[in-house]
Amino acid sequence: MKRLVILGAGTAGTTIANMLTRRLPADWEIEMVDPSWTHLYQPGLLFVPFGLAEPSSLVKPIESHLPRGVTLTRGQVDRVEPDAKRIVLEDGSIIGYDQLVIATGTSPRPDMTPGLTEFGWRDTVHEFYTLAGATALRDALARFEGGRLVVHIAEMPIKCPVAPLEFSFLADDHFKKRNMRELVDIVYVTPLSGAFTKPIAAAKLGGMLESRGIALEPDFMIESVEEGALVSYDERRIPYDLLVTVPVNMGAAFVGRSGLGDELDHVRVDQHTFLAVGQDAVFAIGDAAALPTSKAGSTAHFSVEVFVENFVEHISGRPMSHSFDGHANCFVESGDGKALLIDFNYDTEPLPGVYPVPGFGPLRLMRETRLNHWAKLAFETVYWRALLRGRPLPVPNAMSMAGKVQPSREEIKV
Amino acid sequence: MTVATLGDREIHVDEEGFLTDPTEWDEALAAVLASNIGLELSPAHWRAIEFARADHTATGETPTLRRMATEGGISTKEMFALFPKKPAKKMSYVAGLPKPVGCV
Repeated sequence: MKRLVILGAGTAGTTIANMLTRRLPADWEIEMVDPSWTHLYQPGLLFVPFGLAEPSSLVKPIESHLPRGVTLTRGQVDRVEPDAKRIVLEDGSIIGYDQLVIATGTSPRPDMTPGLTEFGWRDTVHEFYTLAGATALRDALARFEGGRLVVHIAEMPIKCPVAPLEFSFLADDHFKKRNMRELVDIVYVTPLSGAFTKPIAAAKLGGMLESRGIALEPDFMIESVEEGALVSYDERRIPYDLLVTVPVNMGAAFVGRSGLGDELDHVRVDQHTFLAVGQDAVFAIGDAAALPTSKAGSTAHFSVEVFVENFVEHISGRPMSHSFDGHANCFVESGDGKALLIDFNYDTEPLPGVYPVPGFGPLRLMRETRLNHWAKLAFETVYWRALLRGRPLPVPNAMSMAGKVQPSREEIKV
Repeated sequence: MTVATLGDREIHVDEEGFLTDPTEWDEALAAVLASNIGLELSPAHWRAIEFARADHTATGETPTLRRMATEGGISTKEMFALFPKKPAKKMSYVAGLPKPVGCV
């Protein structure tokens, strides 16, 4: 038997297992390695702080979404030895492979910023990218009686790069509904030069911050956190009463130990095939890969569809004929029961228009609508029932220009 | 893409003035680019520029501030001292490299 080992049973790893089970020749087996017992629906974390999602509803047993015949080993990877084609786990056990997929994602690392966990961590200093963090933040928001709320991004890239914006919009809405918006100053602090990366989306989202009275502090590279304040390398000091930070995101530590990573332990890969640089039997998919597109579940989904076709060709000795275009899309919750949708790839920035059917939609790109919000909520069911199981979704895989409109910069201002 | 005249020659630049072809860069041009943004290049600047250009040749990408620190041995604090306010952007501009991707 030949063995494919998949490290990580998150969105990318689980979907790959489900799709490849149906596609691999009979002499291939699949083994997965993950230290966890549960699969977390990460898009739901955003709603937890506002009491809009119950933490326990976001997790399900890993096994319940894996296909029959796949072996799941619980363990932490110590290192991969690509030359020996084997994986060493922290308990010393060894797993050999013929092909390897690294799908161990990226994780918030508050320990990378001096002082961040030293003053009131999970009390006045929060993150919402873990279940424990989002739940602690829910309790802190319930206690909050007003003051300065600082929403902060430590460093790019982060997974779900729109999430801190969404958090800010939802916080604005949350305080309005509690009749205490005027008691709260919201400040959005980012290392980027604007609200977002690409110019048209940055203008649109920046306008949405402004219209909600949320102050923007751009080009802020954090050096350390003091009690009650963020300090940047250029010696700006931003005081807070409640800090919601997105810590530095890093890939799994074994990636670096195995010599496969960049300076943030994300795996260096070919951006069109996901083959690790200099390797013939190691791929990295989803957030674990160093790709110049968003780290997001949608990117993982679109990547997997390309990867599966290529992988079948690769193991039969044929050249990989499919190429990933960097396609990502994100629903951006904007508060008051609305959301906007952005759709983009390596070469095309987010543009207005309709999605997924040109001329019809029904979803509107770059515009706040109730339907986008309902689509975002409905996606949770789609995720568990169809996406993870590798069933076809009713959206095209490659990004399409049909349905999109290239506006002038002035038109995009809200 | 447009053609700009800097000093006595023509170079290809994007809408923000970044060189689009790193091979059009040389040390004399770096000094002109630096003076455009109010910098005078010291040996410490050159160390940063040389690492960034070598790293770009090796990886195809402009190094991030984190990479300048971990691989290039130039701390972020020093980068802010050398290229005030927007070190990643200013260094790439002077080194004739594209802006670091960083962020999508």
